[in-house]
Amino acid sequence: MAIDGPDLTRQSAATLADAISSGEVSAEEVTRAHLDRIDSVDGAVHAFLHVDRDAALATARAVDAKRSSGAALGPLAGVPIAVKDVLTMAGLPTTCGSRVLEGWRPPYDSTVVERLRAADMVILGKTNMDEFAMGSSTEHSAYGPTRNPWDLERIPGGSGGGSAAALAAFEAPLAIGTDTGGSIRQPAAVTGTVGVKPTYGGVSRYGLVALASSLDQAGPCARSVGDSALLHATIAGHDPRDSTSIDAPVPDVVAAAALGDVRGMRIGLVRELSGEGYQSGVQQLFQRAVEILTNLGADVVEVGCPNFEYALAAYYLILPSEASSNLARFDGMRYGLRVGDDGQASVEDVMSLTREQGFGAEVKRRIMLGTYALSSGYYDAYYGQAQKVRTLIARDFANAFEKVDVLVSPTAPTTAFKIGEKVDDPIAMYLNDIATIPVNLAGNCAMSLPIGLALEDGLPVGLQIMAPALADDRLYRVGSALEQALVDAWGHLLIEEVPSL
Amino acid sequence: MTDDYMDFHEALTAFEPVLGLETHVELGTASKMFCSCPTAFGAPANTQVCAVCLGLPGSLPVVNGVAVESTIRMGLALHCDIASWCRFARKNYFYPDMPKDYQVSQYDEPLCTNGYLDVTVATDEGPRNFRVEIERVHMEEDTGKLTHAGGDTGRIHGADYSLVDYNRAGIPLIEIVTKPIVGTGSLAPVVARAYVTELRDLMRSLGVSDVRMEEGSLRCDVNVSLSPAGEPWGTRSETKNVNSLRSVERAVRSEIERQAAVLTEGGRVVQETRHFHEDTGRTTSGRSKEHAEDYRYFPEPDLVPVAPDGAWIERLRSELPEIPSVRRARMQTEWGISDFEMQALVNIDAVELVAGTVAAGVDPSAARKWWTGELARVANERGVDLASLPVTPATIHRIEELIASGALTDSLARRALEGVLAGEGDVDQVVSARGLTLVSDDSSLLAAIDTALAEQPDVAEKIRSGKVQAAGAIVGAVMKATKGQADAAKVRTLLFERLGVAE
Ligand SMILES: [Zn+2]
Repeated sequence: MAIDGPDLTRQSAATLADAISSGEVSAEEVTRAHLDRIDSVDGAVHAFLHVDRDAALATARAVDAKRSSGAALGPLAGVPIAVKDVLTMAGLPTTCGSRVLEGWRPPYDSTVVERLRAADMVILGKTNMDEFAMGSSTEHSAYGPTRNPWDLERIPGGSGGGSAAALAAFEAPLAIGTDTGGSIRQPAAVTGTVGVKPTYGGVSRYGLVALASSLDQAGPCARSVGDSALLHATIAGHDPRDSTSIDAPVPDVVAAAALGDVRGMRIGLVRELSGEGYQSGVQQLFQRAVEILTNLGADVVEVGCPNFEYALAAYYLILPSEASSNLARFDGMRYGLRVGDDGQASVEDVMSLTREQGFGAEVKRRIMLGTYALSSGYYDAYYGQAQKVRTLIARDFANAFEKVDVLVSPTAPTTAFKIGEKVDDPIAMYLNDIATIPVNLAGNCAMSLPIGLALEDGLPVGLQIMAPALADDRLYRVGSALEQALVDAWGHLLIEEVPSL
Repeated sequence: MTDDYMDFHEALTAFEPVLGLETHVELGTASKMFCSCPTAFGAPANTQVCAVCLGLPGSLPVVNGVAVESTIRMGLALHCDIASWCRFARKNYFYPDMPKDYQVSQYDEPLCTNGYLDVTVATDEGPRNFRVEIERVHMEEDTGKLTHAGGDTGRIHGADYSLVDYNRAGIPLIEIVTKPIVGTGSLAPVVARAYVTELRDLMRSLGVSDVRMEEGSLRCDVNVSLSPAGEPWGTRSETKNVNSLRSVERAVRSEIERQAAVLTEGGRVVQETRHFHEDTGRTTSGRSKEHAEDYRYFPEPDLVPVAPDGAWIERLRSELPEIPSVRRARMQTEWGISDFEMQALVNIDAVELVAGTVAAGVDPSAARKWWTGELARVANERGVDLASLPVTPATIHRIEELIASGALTDSLARRALEGVLAGEGDVDQVVSARGLTLVSDDSSLLAAIDTALAEQPDVAEKIRSGKVQAAGAIVGAVMKATKGQADAAKVRTLLFERLGVAE
């Protein structure tokens, strides 16, 4: 495939990989183009927390050398990528958007980063996020918010707003996100990009700084379904260092994306994920997308998932419980921030002062919630009940997947809201994830892809596709078919309509 | 505040003790519980650590399969039920010896439950058996080791600074918890000791741990409560980290004496943890448990459940080695000794030493004689365990070999052993360094005899005249001249030959 136009930053990952592999452009040129783009726009967008210019260029040159030596290159060799700052990478800081980890440089690579390196991808740097992935707007980053390239006054979603914004601002063709309750999908929806939460255990969590271990999952962020599939295939697969990693072959997502055919597929509309609370433009575009799927030959029916109603409540018990324990280690004893160590203060004082100053308000709120929910005497009523709801939600999915191959819903109830609009209203913020949370609780997989711009505000809207565990390929099959139909209608991907910065 | 104590026997006239023992033992696996770091003892601080056992952000645990297998084997040897499905839990509390500020342990889903261990203790009426019921056996990870500098309490409070060594963090531990042990009366301290001894021997025989007590690889929490006969059980104290067999016995005894004094004076036993002091044999108050710390246990989400396959469990069961009590019964028969004699060996922890000596080729009665005689006396004098003397079954075997060959007499053999005990080397080194070789060369013995006869002509005359009992004076002189390194019987024979007298 030939490079279409002069700007290397506006190409798909697949196109860049082909061009590098064929020698049409060098990986170094591609990397420089993206580093230049970051230099020119990231002051306004603030998608990145750390940019690793020298290492990125060194990797790019190594890829070029490998190519000139005649060695075969992998399908994404030389393609730049941005990594959410919650995955460890030796040589760069990992902050998780928190003061408490300021300056910490992990001595080891996460498995995801290791696989990116093994695939000869060029890691540009680490992207901004809500502190410890707690939030839906990236406003909770200790290092300042990321802005939505569609409207710099608006949020790019969260917690992975940095990764999504980097794609929408053409600072990187691919990015890694993590999704605990929607942190890949909701940012994808509000930035007009594609994001996939793989099946729990599909991508290793080793080196992913845990928010809620039983919910966290790393996944691909891209500007198209096809690019997402290539990245998905690169990072997925069993890892013996993660006990919860699935020891089974990865579904062939690349082939599924190439197939892009929904004829004869049964698609379920989740009754509970519609109606009240969903912005009208979101509902309109969702209905139109469903019509397109019907026209493409899918058999669309409505499906009830009655327990989804309790998902948000259960999620806000399970997540804080696990987080309160996972975040205990940030105590100032071994790494990161240490406050109050004046030679007199006790260990307890230093631990409390460090945690008081190191964590932001949202993190403290969830640590307190979780500590309470796990307390003896409350455990059964809170954590125990939430786990039962979790089982019921998994059962809802199982029942639904007996009738249909995939489920669809809007990804988020609204388009991107204004920075500052919901930051003081936790419940309003939590409601952003109402449609994405059930999948994390049940452990299956889901994708968000753009389906148009809402009539009332001209901002991107996402559609969520949900598939059973280990059927990630179905996401790509349906997503690719819908994306192709929309591209046929529009003449281009939705992201082409993003205003220039 | 100092504690009062009541005389032990008086205490047990008034009260009945209930014991509970929680024993933590480091498993002898090559790698840690959740990572591949080595477990060898004594490495420089923080050199056997990795991202996982340091709890670095993003790291994840992976269960050590050998530790699970060891725990199951221990559970089987203790006649426990083995869970077909169980999970690890997180025990949450902040302390700098824990890299993650939670410990991965098992909480309400232990791997093994409901077993027992039979122990025998010596009483005036002969050996008596007790069945100690086992509540649970579970796995957990050890914490790091803190060393507090400055201050006078040896605790973190008041220390100038503290150092932490995470080499120990993540070492696999097995925890064996008894059900309440009742009905032991005045035997409570020895039952406690016998139980821990038996547990140790069991672990050694299974090969799941070599239980190096001097390295702190076995730690026992000793729970004791007292109540008047027939009354509901009293409030218990928990004496933490008691780490030798003798200390377990002393801790129980001391708690009985202390609590009896408290109760007799109309006081109330406080539910608390206590610290045991080796020097005094007494315990002091630690942290009160009246307001129990809330550990906020919940299932460890980073690990998948442990679900041992039934066939595997059965294979492990069929492969269990002979357990120590069965082995002891067999040894007793093989050595032809009485219950009483066997119990004497158990009491001084000499069974395996004797067995090893017999295995090295020494006659059982000779082996027993050395360990229960000379060696037991020295161990007692030095206040140490027999096993920690610098003498091994091989030492005894070599000594017996030299006696049998006539190279050493009994008295030379004792002097050789004395040298080994003094750290002068092995038997052969001591024999050569101390010059403990028997003068067996006839000509030099005859020369010594001639000298003695010349010096005591009257005695020589008496012997010649048939007064053979007078020979002792000459033999004595020869022994003295050879510094005891002659065989007296041989000297005697040579003397009569010399004088042409029949014995
Ligand atoms: Zn380690």
